[in-house]
Amino acid sequence: MAGLLCFHWVGFMKFAIALLAGPQDPAARSALEFARAVLSSGHQISHLFFYREAVHLASLLGVQPQDEQDITAEWRQFITEHRLDAVVCIAAALRRGVLDKAEAQRWERPAANTAAPWELSGLGQWVDALQSADRAVTFGT
Amino acid sequence: MKSLLIISRHAPTRHAAREALDVALAAAAFDVPCGILFMDDGVFQLMRGQDAAQIGQKSLAANLQALPLFGVEDVLVCQHSLGERGLQASQCLLEARVVNNAEIATLIEHYDQILTL
Repeated sequence: MAGLLCFHWVGFMKFAIALLAGPQDPAARSALEFARAVLSSGHQISHLFFYREAVHLASLLGVQPQDEQDITAEWRQFITEHRLDAVVCIAAALRRGVLDKAEAQRWERPAANTAAPWELSGLGQWVDALQSADRAVTFGT
Repeated sequence: MKSLLIISRHAPTRHAAREALDVALAAAAFDVPCGILFMDDGVFQLMRGQDAAQIGQKSLAANLQALPLFGVEDVLVCQHSLGERGLQASQCLLEARVVNNAEIATLIEHYDQILTL
């Protein structure tokens, strides 16, 4: 949990936020609330990275009961609204059946289930993001 | 370059263990000064004599042995976690420096970034 982190004001900071847990884990919401708080405090989010079970957030096929919140839709709206860079680890996504059109064609699968604003890319993107960020925060275990 | 310490806490049977090693290897491949600390059930990853194929898994040994080859500078194992599980550093399949809680605190202080995977 990042709830205990306390930042001294030194002008705006660039945050790289990674999520490791899937849509059914409360960490997916904690990360979203944290990301919202980062922006509303005047900081920037340089990168979002979705690894391990968090790749399921990029699936467009989940259907939630009408009286429950749809965390994947909330993430998608947040990313689109703020035009954020949302990278999904391609290796983790392929293993778990989260494929965009190009990957579905490449691996000859019958359907794709992810698309913009999500971008499938490599771990190198996260490594880069960690280097350029002032703060790197990870959610989920 | 900002240095990166990865804390790997999952048992080798968990897919998360492989994905933590992937991050360490990716970081090292990008020349990021990088260390990995095996802690909690993560220490089981280091134990010699495992046969992953018996449970239909692929062994982590090749990825573990790639750590020093890729330039992961510090390979560390938590003394307390070994002790809790009745394990010894001599059972490790690669050379890992045993660190106690005070040394872990110093490490966390020393590295620019920490990722717990």
